[in-house]
Amino acid sequence: MEMPIPDQAVLDNKTKIVALLKEVLPPHAVIHHISETRAYECDALTAYRCPPMIAVLPETTQQVSDVLKICHAHNVPVVPRGSGTSLAGGALPTADSVVLGVAKLNDVLETDYKNRFVRVQSGRTNLSVTGAVQEQGFFYAPDPSSQLACAIAGNIGMNSGGAHCLKYGVTTNNLLGVTIVMMDGEVVEIGGPYMDANGLDLLGVICGSEGQLGVVTEATLRILHKPVSARPVLVAFDENEVAGACVAEIIRAGVLPVAIEFMDRLCIETSENFSDAGYPDANALLIIEVEGAEVEIEEQLEKIINIAQRHNPIEIRQSKSEEESAKIWLGRKSAFGAIGQISDYMCLDGTIPVSKLPYVLRRTAELSEEYGLRVGNVFHAGDGNMHPLILFDANKKGDLERCEAMGAEILRLCVEVGGCLTGEHGVGVEKRNLMFDQYSQEDIEAQLWVKDVFDPKWLLNAAKVFPLAATQTRRAR
Amino acid sequence: MTPATVRELSDTIASANGPLRILGGGTRQALGECCLGAPLGTANLSGITLYEPEALTLVAQAGTPMAELQAVLRSENQQFAFEPMDHRQILGSGGNPTLGGVVACNVSGPRRLSAGACRDSLLGVSLVDGRGNIIKNGGRVMKNVTGYDLVKLMAGSYGTLGVLTELSFRVLPIPEASATLCLHQLSVGQASAVMARAIGSANEISGATYFDHTVHLRIEGLEASVAHRLGVLKDLFHEHEISVETAPDAHAEIWRGIRDVTPLCEKRGNIWRLHIKPSDAPEVMNRLSAAEIRYDSMLDWGGGLIWLCLSRDFDLRKSLEGIAGHASLIRGSGFAAVPPTSNAVARLSAGLRGKFDPRGILNAGILG
Ligand SMILES: Cc1cc2nc3c(=O)[nH]c(=O)nc-3n(C[C@H](O)[C@H](O)[C@H](O)COP(=O)(O)OP(=O)(O)OC[C@H]3O[C@@H](n4cnc5c(N)ncnc54)[C@H](O)[C@@H]3O)c2cc1C
Repeated sequence: MEMPIPDQAVLDNKTKIVALLKEVLPPHAVIHHISETRAYECDALTAYRCPPMIAVLPETTQQVSDVLKICHAHNVPVVPRGSGTSLAGGALPTADSVVLGVAKLNDVLETDYKNRFVRVQSGRTNLSVTGAVQEQGFFYAPDPSSQLACAIAGNIGMNSGGAHCLKYGVTTNNLLGVTIVMMDGEVVEIGGPYMDANGLDLLGVICGSEGQLGVVTEATLRILHKPVSARPVLVAFDENEVAGACVAEIIRAGVLPVAIEFMDRLCIETSENFSDAGYPDANALLIIEVEGAEVEIEEQLEKIINIAQRHNPIEIRQSKSEEESAKIWLGRKSAFGAIGQISDYMCLDGTIPVSKLPYVLRRTAELSEEYGLRVGNVFHAGDGNMHPLILFDANKKGDLERCEAMGAEILRLCVEVGGCLTGEHGVGVEKRNLMFDQYSQEDIEAQLWVKDVFDPKWLLNAAKVFPLAATQTRRAR
Repeated sequence: MTPATVRELSDTIASANGPLRILGGGTRQALGECCLGAPLGTANLSGITLYEPEALTLVAQAGTPMAELQAVLRSENQQFAFEPMDHRQILGSGGNPTLGGVVACNVSGPRRLSAGACRDSLLGVSLVDGRGNIIKNGGRVMKNVTGYDLVKLMAGSYGTLGVLTELSFRVLPIPEASATLCLHQLSVGQASAVMARAIGSANEISGATYFDHTVHLRIEGLEASVAHRLGVLKDLFHEHEISVETAPDAHAEIWRGIRDVTPLCEKRGNIWRLHIKPSDAPEVMNRLSAAEIRYDSMLDWGGGLIWLCLSRDFDLRKSLEGIAGHASLIRGSGFAAVPPTSNAVARLSAGLRGKFDPRGILNAGILG
């Protein structure tokens, strides 16, 4: 992976910068020995690693501001980091950077059930936000599969989604306000515990800006009352395409399940071996979850099952208990882990119009033949967010490159049919070089303007999102 | 000037040598600060580019009349979930609302409470910026984090960053059934508590308003589900004087009226729109009462949105000190129409406008 050449002047200045940082942070919060900085050398895109020059773990917004002032004054690149679970290399450091981790900022600042919001520090993990409000029957809706580990900071950085976003939307639809520290140290409040922030929708641009516009230290999040209950139904098919057609028809019919998840044969078999979920022997399956009180669940399931039956299913399995529901989800939830047990894999994240599902699945299978690499498909079918998993052997010379080339072809295919490169994982370093496949020069330029305004020195996570060549002159300023 | 193609629009803007006033259907020209310039109309950029009901996606040009879009959607039993209000009645304006105007002003109605604002349904934009550059962002799919989200930035930018040319939306099915539970004879304090309790329950309230001492709670969805939730809510509020409206026409009429703020339209005075934390609504009303002025009000979004009609000399913003949120003057005079932002937000916004429209010719001054 090409990264900018580290700034020698910054590297030469390391001792001084460490000393300055120690003046504003507790001693244990400044990490600068190579034995320790290595802990921050990568995120969940582990194929690429580079220890940062320094890592810091501030404990207050003020400390974040102090750190940024120092870095700003000395032209030190900064890489904001939540929990480091990005699959796109969003938190991958450069050798001359300060990794600014918000893990210690993990308090709940305010819970307000009357107004249905919670205000948290950004290092708090996604699941523990729900944890803080569930006793009163509430939850925070966006639920990335990594929710046990990933932080709200990273969720905002990537505008993360989850299995239930078909109904509840993604992070940006559930974010009311942030406290963000600008690269020069200025602390800015945007939005708050009311609907629609005042002025231009800066909150909308900050969400999903991959740590390039500022460091988010606090967030006001919308919470909702939990549904009375939820129940999945599993429908198995002989053919991928039929499953795809079934999804389109369900959506068309006006039933809006909270989730429609898709798995193909490779994923079904692999997770079955791994988790004993008891999945049927099938080429494709859908897990469709509906919510509500008993009558509401039954009403929705009846409609869904009626539709499914018209598509020659091999099996329709309705859950009859909590245990059965958990079992239906078990295989899906362990799919990534299960594939990881049998092979190295790369997880793609392109989105396509739902109507193009059958075509894209067919083309993906053809590409898999061409490249001689197996592909598993497990994804959020309701919103067209594909997750092809390309299996490769990291120890085999040339395999990673072949895998990346194939991945790029699949993503171009997604764009070609009217979709996009990434639905929820972000661009990071991984998909940087494909940006011009989706956007024109003018389209990209407009995005760079935003960065120019928020971070004129281009110090924040500057090697990400855009092709390096496109940002070269700006980064060199 | 009403360019017939995006190319023409781009040339028009690039060669403009003075301020331009962007004109969709002209029904919302009174929103924002007074803003002058040569009229630049989008009327000829009209038509549906793509409509895939099975993918819940609609793409249309910015000058397309809302009425046309709504009719096409209705024929497939779908709708814009965010229920955009029609400003004609309250502003006393003529013309036909267009899609571009809805997006430029981020217009959302009662269902914003559950379905999000216009910006939440908006999936993609194409625009021509202040130099004539043709720019697109987002796309037509529901999940898209490729690069920065300029889609949201454009919603509610009042044309100051560019002239919108094409917009793609996520649309949703029209609910099979709906019902409204009315709770009568409530004070604003009681109303606020009732609405908080209802919205904070598992009953998926898609509208919660209060006016004429009455709270209206709307539920929508599949038939059995609506019946069920109606029952639950009736139980929950059995101590109150309640009535129920389920007749489709009457029901639609009630919510059209709420959407368009009909209860205040005929009143005389300044019309304000106030975004606050819902539970602050009673405090706002207390302060108005304490000021001993005559006022009319309508609460929407469970109290998070308050429409007020006040005498022309009353400084609402001053009276709201210490209450989080913001107030816009929608109709009337005497005060800035657009609420002031913090210095930082103002600086960042000005920076963005400087990039997208360096000559400052697009709807100059409309946001103050
Ligand atoms: C097993 C697994 C399953 C996953 N499932 C999903 C899924 O279902 N849906 C989904 O959307 N994603 C998923 N992901 C991806 C990942 O978990 C998300 O992108 C997550 O939001 C990252 O959060 P994080 O705290 O780990 O952020 P990090 O990886 O630390 O950072 C992510 C990005 O945010 C920026 N950032 C971090 N902190 C800040 C801050 N304070 N201010 C500004 N920017 C900041 C970083 O610079 C980086 O660009 C999955 C990952 C794994 C490993």
